[in-house]
Order: sequence, then structure tokens, then C-alpha cells
Amino acid sequence: MHKTTTLRGQSADSTGFVSRSTVKSSPHVEFIGRPVDRIDGPFKVTGRATYAYEHPIDGVAYGYVLGAAIAKGRIAEIDISDAERAPGVVGVMTHRNAPPQPDFGPAVTPTVPEVFTRARPALNSDRVRYYDEPVALVVAETFEAARAAAGLIKVRYDEEVGTYDLQAHLSDAYAPRRTNAGLATDSVVGDFESAFAQAPVKVDATYRTPFEHHNPMEPHATIAVWSGDELTIHTSAQTLANYRAGIATTLGMPPERVRIVSPFVGGGFGSKLIIHADTVLAALAARVLQRPVKIALTRQQMFANTGHRAEMIHQLRFGADSDGRLTGISHDVWSATSSFEEYCEQTAAFARSLYAAPNRLTRHRLVRLDINRGEWMRSPGEAPGMLAFECAMDELAERLGLDPIELRIRNEPTQDPERGVPFSTRNLVACMEEGARRFGWQGRDPVPGRTREGRKLIGYGMAAAIRPNYIGATTARVAIDRDGQVTARLDMTDIGTGTYTILTQIVAQNLGLPLSSVKVELGDSLFPRTAGSGGSWGATSSGSALHQACSILKQRILEVARSSEASPFRGVNVSEANFAHGEVRIGERSARLSDLIRDIAPDGFEAEGSVAAANATETYKAYSQHSHGAHFAEVAVDCDTGEIRMRRFLAVIGAGRILNPKTARSQIIGGMSWGIGAALMEETVLDRRYGHFVNHDLAEYHVPVNADIGAMEVVFLEEHDDKANPLGAKGLGELGVCGAGAAVANAVYNATGVRVREFPITLDKVLPGLPLTAI
Amino acid sequence: MRAFTYERAGSAEEAAAAVANRPDAKFISGGTNLLDLMKLDIEQPAHLVDVSRLPLDRIEETEEGGLRIGAQVRNSDLAAEPRVRSQYPMLSQALLAGASGQIRNKASTAGNLLQRTRCFYFYDRNMPCNKREPGSGCAALQGFNRMHAILGANDACIAVHPSDMAVAMAGLDARIETLSPGGEARTIPIGDLHRLPGTTPDVETTLGHGEMITAVTLPPPPPGRQLYRKVRDRASYAFAMVSVAAIVEKSGDRIRSARIAMGGVAAKPWRATAAEQTLAGSVASDGAFTEAAEAALAEAVGHGDNDFKIPLAKRTLRHTLAAAAVERA
Repeated sequence: MHKTTTLRGQSADSTGFVSRSTVKSSPHVEFIGRPVDRIDGPFKVTGRATYAYEHPIDGVAYGYVLGAAIAKGRIAEIDISDAERAPGVVGVMTHRNAPPQPDFGPAVTPTVPEVFTRARPALNSDRVRYYDEPVALVVAETFEAARAAAGLIKVRYDEEVGTYDLQAHLSDAYAPRRTNAGLATDSVVGDFESAFAQAPVKVDATYRTPFEHHNPMEPHATIAVWSGDELTIHTSAQTLANYRAGIATTLGMPPERVRIVSPFVGGGFGSKLIIHADTVLAALAARVLQRPVKIALTRQQMFANTGHRAEMIHQLRFGADSDGRLTGISHDVWSATSSFEEYCEQTAAFARSLYAAPNRLTRHRLVRLDINRGEWMRSPGEAPGMLAFECAMDELAERLGLDPIELRIRNEPTQDPERGVPFSTRNLVACMEEGARRFGWQGRDPVPGRTREGRKLIGYGMAAAIRPNYIGATTARVAIDRDGQVTARLDMTDIGTGTYTILTQIVAQNLGLPLSSVKVELGDSLFPRTAGSGGSWGATSSGSALHQACSILKQRILEVARSSEASPFRGVNVSEANFAHGEVRIGERSARLSDLIRDIAPDGFEAEGSVAAANATETYKAYSQHSHGAHFAEVAVDCDTGEIRMRRFLAVIGAGRILNPKTARSQIIGGMSWGIGAALMEETVLDRRYGHFVNHDLAEYHVPVNADIGAMEVVFLEEHDDKANPLGAKGLGELGVCGAGAAVANAVYNATGVRVREFPITLDKVLPGLPLTAI
Repeated sequence: MRAFTYERAGSAEEAAAAVANRPDAKFISGGTNLLDLMKLDIEQPAHLVDVSRLPLDRIEETEEGGLRIGAQVRNSDLAAEPRVRSQYPMLSQALLAGASGQIRNKASTAGNLLQRTRCFYFYDRNMPCNKREPGSGCAALQGFNRMHAILGANDACIAVHPSDMAVAMAGLDARIETLSPGGEARTIPIGDLHRLPGTTPDVETTLGHGEMITAVTLPPPPPGRQLYRKVRDRASYAFAMVSVAAIVEKSGDRIRSARIAMGGVAAKPWRATAAEQTLAGSVASDGAFTEAAEAALAEAVGHGDNDFKIPLAKRTLRHTLAAAAVERA
């Protein structure tokens, strides 16, 4: 990471670090809010960013995981003799010879933290719980040798009949004790059923959202290195503390002896919050073989082994009076879950805060299937939930003969409709109005199927976006040396979001130093513990902790400066001190910060700052904290083939203070692309005979790429949420997904008049509704 | 991937002999499909004979006024070749509709013809597949078969050939030149290169072991307007749901001749001769195009998830014919 500092200066220069002469008159150099280029960018595009599998480790051996060929049953016989004799093989591990590990434990974890820390043993039983679950690990001198030898292992299974069909087993649905994020399973306000029965205008629509997979570019990969009884894990993780706890519990060792290193992460999208087989097996094999072992899961293996978003069935029921005021809102969700570990996405939870209505009902139900556990996938809850809900709102608008924006404005709540507390900030209506103006929404023909350009049917669609703001307990350390160089350290990760960059901006601004004087070091569990990257809380959690660390650091500097004989500020009231332009200024006196440190504390200063989990604070309880936005999509649908292509996509976002509009924009357009994927192409098909994900590679699991996304635009509304944190910023990344897919789906409807309620909307589902157009 | 030996052939004759020598040998050129299949242990050659550097990378005019395309011409070079773009535009369109830029830069003409199906079940060694493991059954028949064949398939196999290039070549009446291990050359009409599954879906072509494709020749550019239309799930890298290569030659408002080949519908590029016959001599009209589309799909059979391909193919064919019939006669 040392070289990163060198590049940092260039980065600052190239983005126009304001020169001293121009800032003299301004009281602050504003780094926060500036579109600073990614500090890690040059490293990534020149191949110098070292990812998990790439760390050069002497004597490393290569592991290859063999997965089960059945989805449910037990291993009756496993013959590894040919594999053991294969060239280059140094060891083969199965449930028969793997080191003992704790049992996996009950399917329902009693507390939320335990999900992240529980043991996740591998190869510790003859049971097969899901298709492609590891049944053997081959370790060899090369990856190719390990993979070839894995092909020589003969396994005989006693296969059992599994359950793979959500729809067919809805009668077995049960209510979990809570949803993900510890939220209530159900919410009930008023009497929805009566209100719905009496409503003059109704929508009762059933939507289906399919299995989806994260598919980060970097696969799940680990290098495990033992030194005595100390274990170092080079891996690709979003949250180091979870990996440390998970591996310590699984291996039965104190967490202090586990070090997790993950300086660069090629995407996670929620699939790298907990350990998977690559980490557990590398650690076990390295201990048994007494040499470092590296394992990467293949793309195909990732589909079965690193979590997914579960298939869901949604029933949306809206009742409204004839003016379009909602009298009742209901969102029921039935989701697939695993037979051995429950995961309930909080799919309907957003609906508790989105629109006003006196009678309300949200419920989550689960059906156990013989599949791997679901995991947190980008915008858990809102991604599938708002996809269905905001399409149903479009249906209601049409039934009422109201513009979709007007319908939403008529149901804008004045306070959180279920909690009865004020919103900290809420600019949803402003987002919709600004978006409508910029997009040319008034040009939309509300009657679907009427706008044509040649053989293309053109449609506009919109949807609202809402996502809760979270903060997770985080500590950060910052140190300044005698040369005025600052180092910030925390076990936070940069999963491609821009964390290195924004944290550098926050430190530079706090201490009044150029970006080039600040080095941020992340991704090492030796550093203070953070909440990591997840839930869009990384920037605000780590940023707030670092902000506080900087305040304490300045306090320490000033305390010594006031009393030190070598200080120009000796005896001065330091409460008015200002750190800017590399200087400390108090009244008429000033000193260069580096000179001051050298004079008063040649060893420099260090400070730690921290922030508590938001839900533990009074402010969080007193306000409903969310980010908001509005999406506007234009699609073209081929009238002959039903092919759907994006043309334009606009998001207007109100998410508190924007720390870096450049990285923030990238986050939002990434999220919008996920919305396009969910609306139009992403689906993993579970074969209901064999229980395997059929299209388990990127040739057949389609995600939208450049040619598929059209022209994208992101607008941030000026906002500062002083209830959220000292920075005024709120969670942003996942907001881009929320509602995005619904805007696309509503545009498809507007183009064609075909309402597809089974996602993704592929051409075969649109085609039957498209009349033949004259040649 | 199994361990394998590798040799670089010095000449076409050498290459054919080298493969013929060993039953477990295979040719490799761009490797864009073969290497993937080897990694997944679906192809298990013990010996590879690299033909990618053989001097078979020229595009030359033939005496009869057509083009002779060397087997090792890369897909991107073939798509960009000026004579291909001006005289055989649907071949260029088909090539550019296929794969990605990176893959087209590596993939050869012969390799494109010989690429294997993308059937999910063929790609998964745990699944029954008569093509991969004769006699094991076809998992796709009752499984997820959205991408699968609607023409020329049977219960043994419903896989489709994934090539775009081959579809355009079928419409252009291309001929495949090969060299046998014994040294004799032969020419195979493209329609006879690929086989329908029959009872041996594992046997995909009429080439003998060690018989090497050396060139593809195109007859002189046919009269009429050419169009290649690929229907796909997304704009970027995706295999055809259905594709149509059409050449419509008009005389006044009548169609003098038409040639139609379809992709994404069968184990081989599918020449729709019945449809061609209904068009010949008829007035270029919606009625004629619709009738041709019906004729082309008359024998089509869906398997559930792919039922939509039948109306999709008809609609695509109808409009592609209409588009090819306008303007330049």
C-alpha cells in the first residue's frame, strides 16, 4: 500500500487540488463534496492492485473443490485413491479425514450477530445439503493438477427426494421470528382487510421475482498461511470482522490469532459478508499440510456456494378512494429459504415507510427448500420488493387514470406512516418533480402501446426509491508524523465503491492538508474494527469514525501546542483554532502543521475515533432516516421480436450530503444497471428435478453491460441530514437499485401494453401480447 | 482439465496426419470453445495439434468470382474484409452479431463452424446428456429448454448449433474444403457438414477423424438484398434465440428468388427450402412473407420453455424478408 501514497498526490493534482494562492481568501479547502478521482484507480487499471488469489506466497499449494452431484442425500462411498496418486497432488481431504470442526448448528440463529460469527464447517459430514456442496478438496502443486485430480474422485451417493419448488410448497410456508436486519416479520396498522374490501379502486396483483446471483467480478478466493498457531488469511471480504470471527469459530481458535487481509476487493454485492468454503478449506488444508494453500471457487461453483437472492412470490394489494388516496396498502411475500439455515430478506419492510395509508399490512413467509442459504444481495429487501411494489403502483395509477407521479404525491406522508416519527430528511417529491422536468415526462403518452418510432415501441416509466440509512459500530485510528504526513487505519474495505478516496477526502478536509499528505490503509484486521462494507453504511460509518478521530487528533495537538514551550500558540485559547491549507491558525497567529508537530511532538500524534451503531442512539429512534430517489426510464421494444432495449435512464437522488459526486454517481449507475438486470435479464433457473442452478455461468446468466444500459444520468439534490451523522451524509450505494427495475418494467408496459408480472421481462413473455404490425 | 501434449503442425498435411494418428487427438485453433470445454472436463483430448499458425489465413477471389476463405481467418478479420462487407454483407453482419470482440479476435473460421452446443446440461458433467455421454439420456427434454431446438430434433437431443457465421454461410451456399489424413481433398456443401442428432447426437459433423477444414468457399455473390437478423436476450454477448439470414432477389414487385437460413432453431444452420419455394415468383407482400414463414416452421415442435421460438421465428422471418425485399432490387 505504500505506493498508493505516491499516486495520491497525482490524483489530487489531476482533480484540481486548489492551489494555495486561490484558497487564501476562503476559510476552508472543501475536499468533501468534490469529484476527486479514485485514488486506487491507477492501481487497478495497471494491474498493481493485488487481489486475494494474487498475493505472492512462497511454497503455496493450490486447492480445487469438488462439489456434490446431488442436492440432497448422503455420501455412501468416496474413492480418492486415483486422485491421491495423480501427478502433483499433495493431499486430498474429505469428510473422513478433515480436521474436526463444530457442528453447523440450528437452522435459525438466535441473534443477528451470530449469523455472521457462527461456525461454517466444510467437509465435516457425509450429508449433502445442497447441489455442489463441497465433498472433497484436492491440493496440488498447480491449479490444473488439482482440478484434473478432482475429476478422478469417485463418489457414490444415497440420493434423497428434495424439495425445490416454492410455488408447489406454499402451504408449508412459515413465519420467521424476524427478517434480515432484525426487522419485524409482520407489520399491521389499522384494518387492512376491511379497508381493502370497501375501497372503490383496487389493485390485487401477484408478482414473482426469481433467484438471482451476485456475480462479483473477483471470485471468492483465499490464501491461508499459518505461522505457528497464527493464521493469516488473504481473501476477498467485505467485512473483515465477520471473516475473523467466522474462521475462529469454525477452527476453534481465538480470534486474536486470525489475521484477515483484504486490501482490494473486486466486488462483493453482499456475497462476501461471511466466510465460504474457500476460506474454511484453505485454512484447514494449510494446517494439515503445513504449507500455504490457496483456493478460488470457479464461477460455476459460486452459483451454488456463495449465496443468492431467493425466489419470491409477492402479493400486492392496494385500495384507494377515487381521488387516488390510498386507504390500504398490503405487501405479502413468500420467499424460498434453505432447509439448514434461515434467511429472510426484508422484502416488504420498505413499504412501511414509503406511502401514507391508514390501513397497512406487510408479512414475510418462508418455504424451506433443499438449496444453499440465501445471502444479502445488493439492496436486500428493496431490490425485489420495490420491483414488485412500484409496478403495482403503476397499475393503480392506470386504474385511477392518474399520472404515476401525481398518485405518489397524493400519498406522500408527512411523517413515517408506521412509526409516527418525523423523517430526518425526505425529498422524494422533489426528486420526482425534478426528474420529470429533466426527463421530459410530460411527453409520455399515458395510453400504452401508442408511441412508435419505425418498428420500435417506445415507453416511459418511473418509480420511487427509498432505502433506510444505517450506521454500524466502527472505530478508526489516525496518526500524524513530524513531516505532517497522516495515516488513517481501519479494517474497512473498499469493494470498488470509492472508500479509499472518500476517506482520504474526509481526513484531508478535517486536518486542512492536501490529499497527497493523507494515506488511508484499509483491509487488515490488525487495524481498528469497523462495520465493513455492507448495507450502504460503509461511507457513513467509517467516515463518521474517522471524522471523530480527526477531531480528537486536533484536540491533542492543540492541547500540547498550548502548553509546549516550542509552540507559537503557548498560552493561547485554542478553541478558535482552524486547520486549513496545511496550517494551524488561531487569531493572528499561524504555523505550518508539520512545523508545529516537529517542534512540539517529534513522535507525532495518534487518535482513535468511533461511532456507535445507529439503532442504539436516541436520534435514530426519534427520526425515520432514509435516502430517497426517483428513477425515469425510456425503453424501445421491437414490435416484431419483443426485444427490449434501454434508451435512457435518469435517477434523481436525495441522500444527504454527497461526499464525492464522482464515486457517488458510479454507485448509482451501478445500482441502476442492477435494476435493468432485475427487470430484463437476471434469473438463475433452479431445476426442480435435480435442485441445481441450471444456467450457472456468465454466458447464460445475463447481466447488463455497456451495450445494454443506454444513456445514464444521475442528479443529486442538495441535501444535508444533520440527524444522520456529523458529515450529514447518508447511505447511497444500494439506493440506486431501489425502484430502478420497476421504472424499466413500467416503461416496458407503457411501450407495449403488456404487463409482465414474472421477472425478468424477457422477449418471450412480451411477444404473445404484441399484435402483428403491418409490414 | 486433463493433462495433454501439444504440437504445432508445420503444414495442413502434417496436422491431419497427426490427429489421425491418435484417436485422442484434436485440432486446436483459437480455442475459444475447446479450452472452456476442456476446463470443464467435457472435452478430454490427450493431444492437441495447433493449426492456428498454418498459412490458411488468406481471403482470395476464386476463378468463378467468389471468395475462398482460409480456415484460419479470424472472425474479426473476415467481418472486416471489404469484399465480404460489400458483396456478402449478411456474413459480415452475422459475424459481428456473434460473441464478443475479444472472442472474434481469437476465433477461426473453421473453429466457428465446429463449435459445440451451449446446452446447459451438456455443460454439466453431473447431468444426463446423450451428446456428452451417449445413452445417458437428455436432461433438457423435460428440463429448462428455453434455448433449445424446434426443428430437426428428437428425444435423443434437442441441442442447437450456436453459430451465427454458419447461418449466413448456409444462406450463401458455402462449400467446405477439407483435407483428409491420406492427403485427399474434398468439398462438402455446408448443408452436409453438420448432422442432425438422429440416434447419435454425439456425432455432430460428417468429418472423419483427422479430416481438417482448410477453407470455406463462397460462390459468386448472389443477386438480391442480404440481411442477417439476430434476435437475442440482450444487446451484448448472447447467443441467438432465433436468427434469420435472408437473400431476396426481386424483379419488379415480384420475388425472383429467395434464400433463407435460420439459426438458434436446430442442431445445424437450418435452410428453409420450402419457404424459399413459396416465395419464388410471388408478389412481394405481407401475405407472401407470412406464408413463407408458416412454411419454414411447418415442422417445428416446441418442448415447453422454447415454445415461443415458433411464433418468434415466424415473426422474425416475416419482417426480415420484408426488410430484404425493400429498396435495392
